[in-house]
Amino acid sequence: MELLADGIAKAVALLASLDQEVLAITLLSLKVSVTATLISLVLGISSGTLLALADFPGKRLMVSIVNTGMGLPPVVVGLFVTIFLWRNGPFGFLEILYTPTAMIIAQAVIATPIVTGITVASIQNLPANLRLQILALGATRLQMVRILIKEARLPLLAGVMAGFGGVISEVGASIMVGGNIKGYTRVLTTATVMETSRGNFDIAIALSIILLLLSFAINYVLTRIQQRERPR
Amino acid sequence: MKVWKQFSLLLAAVTACIAFGLPTPASAAPKSVILATTTSTQDSGLLDVLIPIFEKESGYFVKTIAVGSGQAMAMGKKGEADVLLVHSPDDEKKFMAEGFGVTRRLVMHNDFIIVGPAGDPAGIRSAKTSADAMKMIAKAGSLFLSRGDNSGTHAKEKKLWKTAGINPDGQKWYQQTGLGMGDTLNVAAEKKGYTLADRGTYLALRKNLGLAILMEGDAKLLNVYHVIELNTAKWPKINAAGGKAFADFMVSRKVQEIIGKFGVEKFGSPLFFPDAGKKPEALGL
Repeated sequence: MELLADGIAKAVALLASLDQEVLAITLLSLKVSVTATLISLVLGISSGTLLALADFPGKRLMVSIVNTGMGLPPVVVGLFVTIFLWRNGPFGFLEILYTPTAMIIAQAVIATPIVTGITVASIQNLPANLRLQILALGATRLQMVRILIKEARLPLLAGVMAGFGGVISEVGASIMVGGNIKGYTRVLTTATVMETSRGNFDIAIALSIILLLLSFAINYVLTRIQQRERPR
Repeated sequence: MKVWKQFSLLLAAVTACIAFGLPTPASAAPKSVILATTTSTQDSGLLDVLIPIFEKESGYFVKTIAVGSGQAMAMGKKGEADVLLVHSPDDEKKFMAEGFGVTRRLVMHNDFIIVGPAGDPAGIRSAKTSADAMKMIAKAGSLFLSRGDNSGTHAKEKKLWKTAGINPDGQKWYQQTGLGMGDTLNVAAEKKGYTLADRGTYLALRKNLGLAILMEGDAKLLNVYHVIELNTAKWPKINAAGGKAFADFMVSRKVQEIIGKFGVEKFGSPLFFPDAGKKPEALGL
Protein backbone atom coordinates (compact mmCIF):
# COMPACT_ATOMS: atom_id res chain seq x y z
CA MET A 1 0.00 0.00 0.00
CA GLU A 2 2.91 2.26 0.76
CA LEU A 3 4.06 1.71 -2.81
CA LEU A 4 0.72 2.87 -4.16
CA ALA A 5 0.91 6.05 -2.09
CA ASP A 6 4.46 6.60 -3.36
CA GLY A 7 3.24 6.13 -6.90
CA ILE A 8 0.40 8.61 -6.51
CA ALA A 9 2.77 11.13 -4.91
CA LYS A 10 5.20 10.58 -7.79
CA ALA A 11 2.43 11.09 -10.35
CA VAL A 12 1.43 14.36 -8.75
CA ALA A 13 5.08 15.45 -8.62
CA LEU A 14 5.70 14.53 -12.26
CA LEU A 15 2.55 16.33 -13.37
CA ALA A 16 3.15 19.37 -11.19
CA SER A 17 6.75 19.81 -12.30
CA LEU A 18 5.76 19.32 -15.96
CA ASP A 19 8.58 16.83 -16.35
CA GLN A 20 9.76 17.25 -19.94
CA GLU A 21 10.24 13.57 -20.66
CA VAL A 22 6.90 12.51 -19.20
CA LEU A 23 5.19 15.34 -21.06
CA ALA A 24 6.77 14.25 -24.35
CA ILE A 25 5.77 10.62 -23.71
CA THR A 26 2.20 11.65 -22.95
CA LEU A 27 1.95 13.84 -26.05
CA LEU A 28 3.35 11.06 -28.22
CA SER A 29 0.80 8.57 -26.82
CA LEU A 30 -1.93 11.04 -27.65
CA LYS A 31 -0.57 11.80 -31.09
CA VAL A 32 -0.15 8.15 -32.12
CA SER A 33 -3.46 6.93 -30.75
CA VAL A 34 -5.55 9.88 -31.95
CA THR A 35 -4.10 9.67 -35.45
CA ALA A 36 -4.68 5.92 -35.54
CA THR A 37 -8.27 6.42 -34.34
CA LEU A 38 -8.90 9.07 -37.03
CA ILE A 39 -7.64 6.70 -39.73
CA SER A 40 -9.77 3.90 -38.33
CA LEU A 41 -12.83 6.18 -38.38
CA VAL A 42 -12.45 6.92 -42.08
CA LEU A 43 -11.88 3.27 -42.94
CA GLY A 44 -14.25 1.80 -40.36
CA ILE A 45 -17.31 4.01 -40.86
CA SER A 46 -17.19 3.78 -44.64
CA SER A 47 -16.66 0.04 -44.81
CA GLY A 48 -19.05 -0.58 -41.91
CA THR A 49 -21.83 1.39 -43.60
CA LEU A 50 -21.23 -0.39 -46.87
CA LEU A 51 -21.28 -3.74 -45.12
CA ALA A 52 -24.49 -2.91 -43.27
CA LEU A 53 -26.39 -1.64 -46.31
CA ALA A 54 -25.17 -3.91 -49.08
CA ASP A 55 -26.63 -7.34 -49.67
CA PHE A 56 -24.30 -9.93 -51.07
CA PRO A 57 -23.53 -13.63 -50.63
CA GLY A 58 -21.13 -14.19 -47.78
CA LYS A 59 -22.24 -11.09 -45.91
CA ARG A 60 -22.70 -12.98 -42.65
CA LEU A 61 -19.23 -14.42 -42.99
CA MET A 62 -17.80 -10.93 -43.58
CA VAL A 63 -19.60 -9.52 -40.53
CA SER A 64 -18.38 -12.45 -38.43
CA ILE A 65 -14.82 -11.79 -39.58
CA VAL A 66 -15.15 -8.11 -38.67
CA ASN A 67 -16.61 -9.00 -35.29
CA THR A 68 -13.71 -11.37 -34.64
CA GLY A 69 -11.38 -8.56 -35.65
CA MET A 70 -12.84 -6.43 -32.86
CA GLY A 71 -10.87 -8.63 -30.49
CA LEU A 72 -7.68 -8.73 -32.54
CA PRO A 73 -4.78 -9.28 -30.11
CA PRO A 74 -2.33 -6.35 -30.33
CA VAL A 75 0.73 -8.63 -30.17
CA VAL A 76 -0.50 -10.53 -33.22
CA VAL A 77 -0.94 -7.26 -35.10
CA GLY A 78 2.48 -6.15 -33.85
CA LEU A 79 4.16 -9.32 -35.07
CA PHE A 80 2.68 -9.15 -38.57
CA VAL A 81 3.25 -5.42 -38.98
CA THR A 82 6.87 -5.94 -37.88
CA ILE A 83 7.41 -8.72 -40.43
CA PHE A 84 5.92 -6.58 -43.20
CA LEU A 85 7.99 -3.54 -42.27
CA TRP A 86 11.35 -5.27 -41.79
CA ARG A 87 13.92 -3.61 -44.01
CA ASN A 88 14.24 -6.89 -45.88
CA GLY A 89 10.47 -7.45 -45.81
CA PRO A 90 7.88 -6.54 -48.44
CA PHE A 91 7.50 -2.93 -47.24
CA GLY A 92 11.07 -2.48 -46.05
CA PHE A 93 11.74 0.23 -48.62
CA LEU A 94 9.50 2.54 -46.59
CA GLU A 95 12.03 2.40 -43.72
CA ILE A 96 9.42 3.06 -41.09
CA LEU A 97 9.94 0.19 -38.61
CA TYR A 98 10.70 1.55 -35.12
CA THR A 99 9.08 4.91 -35.88
CA PRO A 100 5.86 6.54 -34.61
CA THR A 101 4.44 6.02 -38.11
CA ALA A 102 4.74 2.24 -37.71
CA MET A 103 2.93 2.51 -34.37
CA ILE A 104 0.12 4.50 -36.00
CA ILE A 105 -0.24 1.83 -38.69
CA ALA A 106 -0.37 -1.00 -36.16
CA GLN A 107 -2.87 0.84 -33.96
CA ALA A 108 -5.05 1.72 -36.96
CA VAL A 109 -5.13 -1.98 -37.83
CA ILE A 110 -6.29 -2.72 -34.28
CA ALA A 111 -8.93 0.04 -34.16
CA THR A 112 -10.45 -0.31 -37.65
CA PRO A 113 -12.34 -3.58 -37.04
CA ILE A 114 -13.69 -2.15 -33.77
CA VAL A 115 -15.09 0.92 -35.52
CA THR A 116 -16.31 -1.17 -38.48
CA GLY A 117 -18.10 -3.66 -36.24
CA ILE A 118 -19.83 -0.99 -34.18
CA THR A 119 -20.78 0.89 -37.38
CA VAL A 120 -22.38 -2.23 -38.85
CA ALA A 121 -24.36 -2.79 -35.65
CA SER A 122 -25.47 0.83 -35.34
CA ILE A 123 -26.61 1.16 -38.95
CA GLN A 124 -28.41 -2.17 -38.85
CA ASN A 125 -30.07 -1.16 -35.60
CA LEU A 126 -31.88 1.74 -37.30
CA PRO A 127 -35.59 1.12 -38.04
CA ALA A 128 -35.83 -1.12 -41.09
CA ASN A 129 -38.24 1.07 -43.03
CA LEU A 130 -36.24 4.27 -42.46
CA ARG A 131 -34.30 3.59 -45.65
CA LEU A 132 -37.49 3.18 -47.69
CA GLN A 133 -38.93 6.32 -46.17
CA ILE A 134 -35.87 8.40 -47.02
CA LEU A 135 -35.75 7.08 -50.56
CA ALA A 136 -39.49 7.61 -50.98
CA LEU A 137 -39.02 11.27 -50.08
CA GLY A 138 -36.80 11.57 -53.14
CA ALA A 139 -33.32 11.39 -51.63
CA THR A 140 -30.42 10.09 -53.69
CA ARG A 141 -28.57 7.04 -52.38
CA LEU A 142 -25.68 9.20 -51.18
CA GLN A 143 -28.06 11.49 -49.29
CA MET A 144 -29.68 8.43 -47.75
CA VAL A 145 -26.33 7.15 -46.48
CA ARG A 146 -25.55 10.53 -44.97
CA ILE A 147 -28.86 10.64 -43.16
CA LEU A 148 -28.42 7.10 -41.87
CA ILE A 149 -24.96 7.87 -40.48
CA LYS A 150 -26.35 10.98 -38.87
CA GLU A 151 -29.17 8.98 -37.30
CA ALA A 152 -26.70 6.46 -35.92
CA ARG A 153 -24.38 9.09 -34.45
CA LEU A 154 -24.82 8.11 -30.79
CA PRO A 155 -23.68 4.50 -31.15
CA LEU A 156 -21.05 5.65 -33.65
CA LEU A 157 -19.52 7.93 -31.04
CA ALA A 158 -19.44 4.93 -28.74
CA GLY A 159 -17.46 3.28 -31.55
CA VAL A 160 -15.00 6.18 -31.55
CA MET A 161 -14.50 5.75 -27.81
CA ALA A 162 -14.09 1.98 -28.09
CA GLY A 163 -11.55 2.36 -30.88
CA PHE A 164 -9.54 5.00 -29.07
CA GLY A 165 -9.74 3.07 -25.81
CA GLY A 166 -8.45 -0.02 -27.57
CA VAL A 167 -5.34 1.64 -28.95
CA ILE A 168 -4.32 4.08 -26.21
CA SER A 169 -4.22 1.13 -23.79
CA GLU A 170 -2.42 -1.43 -25.96
CA VAL A 171 1.23 -2.21 -25.41
CA GLY A 172 2.01 -5.35 -27.39
CA ALA A 173 2.00 -3.81 -30.85
CA SER A 174 3.58 -0.52 -29.80
CA ILE A 175 6.57 -2.18 -28.19
CA MET A 176 7.15 -4.48 -31.17
CA VAL A 177 6.84 -2.00 -34.03
CA GLY A 178 7.99 1.05 -32.08
CA GLY A 179 10.80 -0.51 -30.04
CA ASN A 180 10.23 1.72 -26.98
CA ILE A 181 13.00 4.10 -28.09
CA LYS A 182 13.66 6.86 -25.58
CA GLY A 183 12.46 10.24 -26.77
CA TYR A 184 11.14 8.81 -30.03
CA THR A 185 8.72 5.91 -29.80
CA ARG A 186 8.30 5.57 -26.05
CA VAL A 187 4.64 5.94 -25.12
CA LEU A 188 2.87 5.69 -21.76
CA THR A 189 2.17 1.96 -21.98
CA THR A 190 5.64 0.88 -23.15
CA ALA A 191 7.28 3.17 -20.59
CA THR A 192 5.15 1.56 -17.88
CA VAL A 193 6.32 -1.91 -18.92
CA MET A 194 9.95 -0.79 -18.93
CA GLU A 195 9.84 1.00 -15.59
CA THR A 196 8.17 -2.05 -14.05
CA SER A 197 10.96 -4.32 -15.28
CA ARG A 198 13.49 -1.80 -13.98
CA GLY A 199 11.87 -2.09 -10.58
CA ASN A 200 10.83 1.58 -10.56
CA PHE A 201 7.32 0.76 -9.45
CA ASP A 202 6.57 4.29 -8.27
CA ILE A 203 7.26 5.75 -11.71
CA ALA A 204 5.30 2.90 -13.32
CA ILE A 205 2.31 3.66 -11.12
CA ALA A 206 2.67 7.37 -11.89
CA LEU A 207 2.66 6.68 -15.64
CA SER A 208 -0.41 4.46 -15.25
CA ILE A 209 -2.25 7.20 -13.43
CA ILE A 210 -1.36 9.70 -16.17
CA LEU A 211 -2.61 7.22 -18.79
CA LEU A 212 -5.90 6.76 -16.93
CA LEU A 213 -6.36 10.51 -16.56
CA LEU A 214 -5.66 11.06 -20.25
CA SER A 215 -8.08 8.33 -21.25
CA PHE A 216 -10.72 9.73 -18.93
CA ALA A 217 -10.29 13.29 -20.24
CA ILE A 218 -10.77 12.20 -23.85
CA ASN A 219 -13.75 10.00 -23.09
CA TYR A 220 -15.29 12.75 -20.97
CA VAL A 221 -15.17 15.19 -23.88
CA LEU A 222 -16.58 12.62 -26.31
CA THR A 223 -19.31 11.62 -23.86
CA ARG A 224 -20.28 15.27 -23.34
CA ILE A 225 -20.71 15.64 -27.06
CA GLN A 226 -22.59 12.36 -27.32
CA GLN A 227 -24.98 13.05 -24.48
CA ARG A 228 -25.76 16.66 -25.33
CA GLU A 229 -28.34 15.68 -27.90
CA ARG A 230 -30.08 12.64 -26.56
CA PRO A 231 -32.78 11.02 -28.64
CA ARG A 232 -36.11 11.76 -27.04
CA MET B 1 -26.69 18.12 -36.40
CA LYS B 2 -25.16 19.82 -33.40
CA VAL B 3 -23.43 16.67 -32.30
CA TRP B 4 -21.82 16.14 -35.65
CA LYS B 5 -20.74 19.73 -35.93
CA GLN B 6 -19.11 19.65 -32.53
CA PHE B 7 -17.45 16.38 -33.23
CA SER B 8 -16.09 17.63 -36.55
CA LEU B 9 -14.78 20.76 -34.85
CA LEU B 10 -13.05 18.61 -32.27
CA LEU B 11 -11.56 16.45 -34.99
CA ALA B 12 -10.31 19.50 -36.87
CA ALA B 13 -8.75 20.90 -33.71
CA VAL B 14 -7.05 17.62 -32.89
CA THR B 15 -5.77 17.22 -36.44
CA ALA B 16 -4.36 20.72 -36.36
CA CYS B 17 -2.60 19.97 -33.07
CA ILE B 18 -1.09 16.85 -34.50
CA ALA B 19 0.00 18.52 -37.70
CA PHE B 20 1.59 21.59 -36.17
CA GLY B 21 1.78 21.42 -32.42
CA LEU B 22 3.85 18.38 -31.66
CA PRO B 23 7.46 17.61 -32.37
CA THR B 24 8.02 15.14 -35.18
CA PRO B 25 11.54 13.75 -34.83
CA ALA B 26 10.93 11.39 -37.74
CA SER B 27 10.96 13.92 -40.53
CA ALA B 28 14.15 15.73 -39.65
CA ALA B 29 15.89 12.67 -38.21
CA PRO B 30 19.47 12.00 -39.29
CA LYS B 31 20.44 8.55 -40.49
CA SER B 32 19.65 6.03 -37.83
CA VAL B 33 21.54 3.11 -36.34
CA ILE B 34 19.57 0.15 -35.02
CA LEU B 35 21.27 -1.19 -31.91
CA ALA B 36 19.98 -4.61 -30.90
CA THR B 37 21.05 -5.32 -27.35
CA THR B 38 20.20 -7.12 -24.15
CA THR B 39 17.75 -5.98 -21.54
CA SER B 40 20.50 -5.62 -18.93
CA THR B 41 22.20 -2.69 -20.70
CA GLN B 42 18.88 -0.84 -20.82
CA ASP B 43 17.43 -1.88 -17.45
CA SER B 44 20.63 -0.90 -15.63
CA GLY B 45 20.40 2.58 -17.17
CA LEU B 46 23.85 2.42 -18.84
CA LEU B 47 22.55 3.11 -22.33
CA ASP B 48 20.58 6.13 -21.13
CA VAL B 49 23.96 7.64 -20.28
CA LEU B 50 25.93 6.52 -23.35
CA ILE B 51 23.46 6.91 -26.23
CA PRO B 52 22.94 10.69 -25.92
CA ILE B 53 26.73 11.21 -25.98
CA PHE B 54 27.09 9.06 -29.08
CA GLU B 55 24.21 10.79 -30.85
CA LYS B 56 25.66 14.19 -30.12
CA GLU B 57 29.16 13.26 -31.29
CA SER B 58 28.33 11.21 -34.37
CA GLY B 59 25.11 12.78 -35.56
CA TYR B 60 23.50 9.35 -35.87
CA PHE B 61 20.13 8.66 -34.32
CA VAL B 62 20.22 5.42 -32.33
CA LYS B 63 17.21 3.11 -32.22
CA THR B 64 17.84 0.92 -29.23
CA ILE B 65 15.90 -2.33 -29.34
CA ALA B 66 16.42 -3.98 -25.95
CA VAL B 67 15.64 -7.67 -26.20
CA GLY B 68 17.51 -10.80 -25.09
CA SER B 69 20.90 -11.59 -26.61
CA GLY B 70 19.31 -14.47 -28.50
CA GLN B 71 16.73 -12.26 -30.16
CA ALA B 72 19.32 -9.54 -30.79
CA MET B 73 21.47 -12.04 -32.70
CA ALA B 74 18.41 -13.32 -34.56
CA MET B 75 17.78 -9.73 -35.67
CA GLY B 76 21.41 -9.52 -36.77
CA LYS B 77 21.08 -12.73 -38.74
CA LYS B 78 18.09 -11.31 -40.59
CA GLY B 79 19.86 -8.03 -41.28
CA GLU B 80 17.35 -6.12 -39.15
CA ALA B 81 19.96 -4.46 -36.94
CA ASP B 82 23.12 -2.45 -37.61
CA VAL B 83 25.18 -3.30 -34.53
CA LEU B 84 24.85 -5.70 -31.59
CA LEU B 85 25.83 -5.32 -27.95
CA VAL B 86 25.38 -8.77 -26.48
CA HIS B 87 26.60 -11.15 -23.76
CA SER B 88 26.24 -14.72 -24.92
CA PRO B 89 29.82 -15.71 -25.87
CA ASP B 90 29.19 -19.26 -27.15
CA ASP B 91 26.36 -18.14 -29.43
CA GLU B 92 28.39 -15.10 -30.51
CA LYS B 93 31.26 -17.33 -31.64
CA LYS B 94 28.82 -19.37 -33.69
CA PHE B 95 27.34 -16.15 -35.09
CA MET B 96 30.79 -14.98 -36.18
CA ALA B 97 31.72 -18.39 -37.60
CA GLU B 98 28.62 -18.32 -39.75
CA GLY B 99 29.82 -15.02 -41.20
CA PHE B 100 27.08 -12.73 -39.94
CA GLY B 101 29.48 -10.41 -38.14
CA VAL B 102 32.66 -8.72 -39.31
CA THR B 103 34.25 -7.68 -36.03
CA ARG B 104 33.56 -8.70 -32.45
CA ARG B 105 35.21 -6.61 -29.80
CA LEU B 106 35.30 -6.96 -26.03
CA VAL B 107 33.59 -4.03 -24.29
CA MET B 108 33.10 -4.80 -20.62
CA HIS B 109 32.22 -7.44 -18.09
CA ASN B 110 30.52 -7.89 -14.83
CA ASP B 111 29.48 -11.13 -13.29
CA PHE B 112 26.48 -13.32 -12.78
CA ILE B 113 25.28 -14.07 -9.31
CA ILE B 114 22.87 -16.60 -7.94
CA VAL B 115 20.31 -14.83 -5.81
CA GLY B 116 17.53 -16.20 -3.66
CA PRO B 117 15.61 -15.70 -0.43
CA ALA B 118 17.86 -14.69 2.47
CA GLY B 119 16.72 -17.82 4.33
CA ASP B 120 18.49 -19.90 1.64
CA PRO B 121 16.40 -23.11 1.91
CA ALA B 122 18.84 -25.11 -0.26
CA GLY B 123 21.83 -23.89 1.72
CA ILE B 124 23.86 -22.82 -1.32
CA ARG B 125 25.77 -20.25 0.69
CA SER B 126 28.10 -23.04 1.68
CA ALA B 127 28.65 -24.16 -1.92
CA LYS B 128 32.20 -23.89 -3.22
CA THR B 129 31.38 -23.58 -6.93
CA SER B 130 28.41 -22.52 -9.02
CA ALA B 131 27.98 -26.13 -10.16
CA ASP B 132 27.71 -27.27 -6.53
CA ALA B 133 25.13 -24.55 -5.89
CA MET B 134 23.02 -25.72 -8.84
CA LYS B 135 23.24 -29.33 -7.58
CA MET B 136 22.11 -28.27 -4.12
CA ILE B 137 19.12 -26.37 -5.49
CA ALA B 138 18.11 -29.38 -7.57
CA LYS B 139 18.58 -31.78 -4.65
CA ALA B 140 16.56 -29.66 -2.25
CA GLY B 141 13.90 -29.15 -4.94
CA SER B 142 13.86 -25.42 -4.19
CA LEU B 143 12.06 -23.21 -6.68
CA PHE B 144 14.34 -21.88 -9.42
CA LEU B 145 13.16 -19.22 -11.87
CA SER B 146 14.69 -19.38 -15.32
CA ARG B 147 14.56 -16.59 -17.90
CA GLY B 148 13.61 -19.15 -20.54
CA ASP B 149 14.00 -16.57 -23.31
CA ASN B 150 17.27 -17.52 -25.08
CA SER B 151 18.92 -14.46 -23.60
CA GLY B 152 22.58 -14.37 -22.66
CA THR B 153 21.64 -15.02 -19.05
CA HIS B 154 19.50 -17.98 -20.04
CA ALA B 155 22.35 -19.40 -22.13
CA LYS B 156 24.70 -19.06 -19.14
CA GLU B 157 22.16 -20.73 -16.87
CA LYS B 158 21.76 -23.68 -19.23
CA LYS B 159 25.54 -24.04 -19.30
CA LEU B 160 25.67 -24.08 -15.49
CA TRP B 161 23.05 -26.85 -15.33
CA LYS B 162 25.02 -28.81 -17.91
CA THR B 163 28.23 -28.42 -15.93
CA ALA B 164 26.38 -29.62 -12.84
CA GLY B 165 25.09 -32.61 -14.80
CA ILE B 166 21.44 -31.80 -14.18
CA ASN B 167 18.57 -31.55 -16.65
CA PRO B 168 16.06 -29.24 -14.97
CA ASP B 169 13.49 -29.30 -17.79
CA GLY B 170 10.09 -30.50 -16.65
CA GLN B 171 11.04 -30.57 -12.96
CA LYS B 172 8.40 -29.26 -10.58
CA TRP B 173 10.82 -26.85 -8.93
CA TYR B 174 11.97 -25.35 -12.25
CA GLN B 175 9.87 -22.57 -13.78
CA GLN B 176 10.51 -20.41 -16.83
CA THR B 177 9.25 -16.84 -16.83
CA GLY B 178 9.97 -15.98 -20.46
CA LEU B 179 10.58 -12.42 -19.29
CA GLY B 180 13.49 -9.98 -19.07
CA MET B 181 15.97 -9.89 -16.17
CA GLY B 182 14.17 -7.22 -14.19
CA ASP B 183 10.82 -8.99 -14.43
CA THR B 184 12.36 -12.36 -13.60
CA LEU B 185 14.00 -10.93 -10.49
CA ASN B 186 10.62 -9.54 -9.45
CA VAL B 187 9.00 -12.95 -9.95
CA ALA B 188 11.78 -14.65 -7.96
CA ALA B 189 11.34 -12.15 -5.14
CA GLU B 190 7.60 -12.65 -5.11
CA LYS B 191 7.79 -16.47 -5.16
CA LYS B 192 10.84 -16.68 -2.90
CA GLY B 193 12.79 -18.59 -5.52
CA TYR B 194 16.38 -18.72 -6.73
CA THR B 195 17.49 -17.22 -10.01
CA LEU B 196 20.61 -16.39 -11.98
CA ALA B 197 21.05 -12.66 -12.56
CA ASP B 198 23.62 -10.27 -13.91
CA ARG B 199 24.99 -8.13 -11.11
CA GLY B 200 24.15 -4.87 -12.86
CA THR B 201 20.43 -5.48 -13.08
CA TYR B 202 20.34 -6.95 -9.57
CA LEU B 203 22.07 -3.91 -8.06
CA ALA B 204 19.76 -1.55 -9.96
CA LEU B 205 16.69 -3.35 -8.61
CA ARG B 206 17.93 -4.44 -5.21
CA LYS B 207 15.96 -1.95 -3.15
CA ASN B 208 12.59 -3.55 -3.93
CA LEU B 209 13.59 -7.19 -4.10
CA GLY B 210 14.52 -8.64 -0.74
CA LEU B 211 16.71 -11.21 -2.51
CA ALA B 212 20.24 -11.91 -1.26
CA ILE B 213 23.38 -12.76 -3.22
CA LEU B 214 24.04 -16.40 -2.30
CA MET B 215 26.72 -17.40 -4.81
CA GLU B 216 29.29 -15.17 -6.45
CA GLY B 217 32.90 -15.00 -7.51
CA ASP B 218 33.14 -18.29 -9.42
CA ALA B 219 35.13 -17.86 -12.66
CA LYS B 220 32.30 -19.66 -14.47
CA LEU B 221 29.98 -16.79 -13.55
CA LEU B 222 31.79 -14.19 -15.62
CA ASN B 223 29.43 -12.09 -17.79
CA VAL B 224 31.16 -10.62 -20.83
CA TYR B 225 29.74 -8.07 -23.27
CA HIS B 226 30.90 -7.79 -26.86
CA VAL B 227 30.01 -5.32 -29.56
CA ILE B 228 29.53 -6.89 -32.99
CA GLU B 229 29.55 -5.13 -36.34
CA LEU B 230 27.43 -6.84 -38.95
CA ASN B 231 28.31 -8.14 -42.36
CA THR B 232 26.86 -6.16 -45.27
CA ALA B 233 27.81 -9.01 -47.61
CA LYS B 234 24.87 -10.93 -46.09
CA TRP B 235 22.45 -8.01 -45.98
CA PRO B 236 23.32 -4.94 -48.07
CA LYS B 237 20.82 -2.71 -46.27
CA ILE B 238 22.79 -2.79 -43.02
CA ASN B 239 24.10 0.63 -42.02
CA ALA B 240 27.72 -0.53 -41.68
CA ALA B 241 29.20 2.95 -41.21
CA GLY B 242 26.79 3.69 -38.39
CA GLY B 243 27.42 0.29 -36.81
CA LYS B 244 31.17 0.81 -36.95
CA ALA B 245 30.84 4.29 -35.47
CA PHE B 246 28.91 2.86 -32.52
CA ALA B 247 31.29 -0.06 -32.02
CA ASP B 248 34.33 2.28 -32.12
CA PHE B 249 32.55 4.56 -29.68
CA MET B 250 31.92 1.71 -27.20
CA VAL B 251 35.60 0.75 -27.04
CA SER B 252 36.92 4.32 -27.05
CA ARG B 253 38.90 5.42 -24.01
CA LYS B 254 36.41 8.06 -22.99
CA VAL B 255 33.44 5.69 -23.01
CA GLN B 256 35.42 2.99 -21.23
CA GLU B 257 36.04 5.49 -18.45
CA ILE B 258 32.35 6.35 -18.25
CA ILE B 259 31.47 2.64 -18.08
CA GLY B 260 33.95 2.16 -15.21
CA LYS B 261 32.35 4.94 -13.22
CA PHE B 262 28.73 4.17 -14.03
CA GLY B 263 26.70 3.30 -10.95
CA VAL B 264 29.43 4.09 -8.41
CA GLU B 265 27.57 7.10 -7.12
CA LYS B 266 24.22 5.36 -6.87
CA PHE B 267 25.16 1.84 -5.82
CA GLY B 268 28.55 2.28 -4.21
CA SER B 269 30.24 0.02 -6.75
CA PRO B 270 30.50 0.01 -10.54
CA LEU B 271 27.94 -2.08 -12.43
CA PHE B 272 30.31 -2.90 -15.29
CA PHE B 273 34.10 -3.18 -15.64
CA PRO B 274 35.62 -1.79 -18.87
CA ASP B 275 37.66 -4.30 -20.85
CA ALA B 276 38.27 -2.80 -24.29
CA GLY B 277 41.50 -3.93 -25.89
CA LYS B 278 42.04 -6.77 -23.43
CA LYS B 279 42.52 -10.30 -24.64
CA PRO B 280 39.67 -12.61 -23.62
CA GLU B 281 42.26 -14.80 -21.89
CA ALA B 282 43.02 -11.96 -19.49
CA LEU B 283 39.51 -12.43 -18.08
CA GLY B 284 40.02 -16.15 -17.75
CA LEU B 285 37.86 -17.05 -20.75
